Amino acid sequence: MIVYLLCFILFLTGLYGVITRRNLIKIAISLSIMEFSSFLFLALIGYVDGGVVPIVDMADPVKTYVDPLPQALVLTAIVIGLATTAMLMAVIIRIYRKYGTFDIREINKLRG
Amino acid sequence: MNPLIPFFVAVPLAGAFLTMILGRFIPHLNKSLATIILLFLTFISFWSLFTTGETVSVYKVGGWEAVNSVPIGIYLVLDGFSALLLCVISCIGLMSVVYSISYMARYSSENYFYALFCLMVAGMNGVVLSGDIFNIFVFLEISTISSYALVAFGVEKNELEATLKYQVLGAIASFLILFAIGFIYWKAKTLNIADIRTAFSEGHDARYYLLVQILLLSGFGLKAAMIPFHAWLPDAHSSAPSPISAMLSGVLIKAIGIYVIIRLFFNMFEITEGMAIVITTLGTLSMVVGVFLAIGQWDIKRLLAYHSISQMGYVVMSVGIGMLLIARGLRSEVAALAISGGIFHLLNHAAFKGLLFLNAGAIEYSIGTRDLREMGGLAKSMPVTSATSFAASLAISGIPPFNGFFSKLIIIVAAVMGHFYFLAAMAAIVSIITLASFMKFQRYAFYNKEQGELKSDIKEVPVPMLASMIILAVICLLLSVLAIPGVRETILSPATDILMDQMKYSSHITGM
Repeated sequence: MIVYLLCFILFLTGLYGVITRRNLIKIAISLSIMEFSSFLFLALIGYVDGGVVPIVDMADPVKTYVDPLPQALVLTAIVIGLATTAMLMAVIIRIYRKYGTFDIREINKLRG
Repeated sequence: MNPLIPFFVAVPLAGAFLTMILGRFIPHLNKSLATIILLFLTFISFWSLFTTGETVSVYKVGGWEAVNSVPIGIYLVLDGFSALLLCVISCIGLMSVVYSISYMARYSSENYFYALFCLMVAGMNGVVLSGDIFNIFVFLEISTISSYALVAFGVEKNELEATLKYQVLGAIASFLILFAIGFIYWKAKTLNIADIRTAFSEGHDARYYLLVQILLLSGFGLKAAMIPFHAWLPDAHSSAPSPISAMLSGVLIKAIGIYVIIRLFFNMFEITEGMAIVITTLGTLSMVVGVFLAIGQWDIKRLLAYHSISQMGYVVMSVGIGMLLIARGLRSEVAALAISGGIFHLLNHAAFKGLLFLNAGAIEYSIGTRDLREMGGLAKSMPVTSATSFAASLAISGIPPFNGFFSKLIIIVAAVMGHFYFLAAMAAIVSIITLASFMKFQRYAFYNKEQGELKSDIKEVPVPMLASMIILAVICLLLSVLAIPGVRETILSPATDILMDQMKYSSHITGM
């Protein structure tokens, strides 16, 4: 149970960073932390205590295997996360060129 | 069995790659390819709509058949509800592409624009067709990442700030959805929507179920910009180029937000009264708060964006009324009426909000400003824009004979028949405030000043832009036909039935 709690704490750490940090790069890093906490959670779901790599061995068929599906999901999600992070960094670099700062308090032309 | 299902995703995806590879060698390939693709999608989506009817067709990607009637592959599912959404996506998409031919000529790197546009359409089609929850997430990310890029297409200060806000909130929504998928897989050991339904119906922990529902509702609520989660929408939708605003407001928030919420809460979860109350409240709040936020806006596109929140509130509220009635187990014909009213309003909103954003783009194209206080007297110099935007304004404010009147009428009648008098009154009042807000838009943009106060060289926009605006205005009128009982049965009832009949969706797919 403790690992799930740690995973949740990692998520909250990221969320805290997104909310409180003023620097755009730090916000991007915090988003990555949140992202990796959800990947970690997916990987933990598939973990079986004492399980081995899920390749069926005919000679010894009674082994317990870990669940391979969440690992496939995590791989897909990591690729998507890479695209999101790259897109976010590209936008942050553009913002730096336009505004000359990473400070989020300076970037307030629009009001929601 | 519909043989065309994979084409909905494959064709725009291939189009995006071809545009990027060949577009720089062959001039005008990007525009023509995108138009041809969207035209093709429009044809096959309407063909699918008329042939689907009550059936549910399943396409198993890679040919992976179910093992012991447990689905293991990736399923694409086409039923009455998704066929309707496919029609909306390809229709509004086609109009936006035709409009972009002239509008985007002012921007550089048009290749990227059309490639991203095709990618966004592919993602939305994928979300609508996908039969398992993880692929909904994948396709949703495809369409949102391309929409992040499209919102920032102007790369000026406003665009970049809007897209940053949109990306941070969109990323948080994605993580919530990913967590919910993890929780679902943990207990149900499957990702197929129909199979999750059967797995959960065999017994579940009520609190666990509630956690998953709340995670999914907040994730997709953020994507759909329901009212507590709406902060990104007015910025993102008003900063994007106008054809993209039409796509975002007209289609994207429906296909990846409202559609998924409706699909999951009707076909994947069992309807509970608590969740129904939450959804109805969210819808009512969006409807009321959205319109009050809209009324003080002077930027045309921000005004329209806030009205999107409010009109989506109508859809969610009436679907919520349907859920409440189903959960209480009474008057299922009223529930069906409410749900079909909601779906009807969703179609109508796509038509008139798409048209209004195209009008706003035409005004911006001609006079170079979006501020209502700086325009006026455009009715003389831009007659077609004026006439079409008048039609769309009447439609969104619910004036007959335009489509908005009939869908709002159905929603209000259903609310009254279900004894939700307060909600019916709110719907009527919000409609009146919407009318006031659009009278302001009409007066300041088209009629206010005497002729000659503005520069006299204002010209009407080029023909492709005019054509798409006129076609959308005609669609606004034609959609009223869906209110006639005979037509409603053939178009809207299949969609309503698949949502009303609790086990039909899952039994069709798992074959049990």
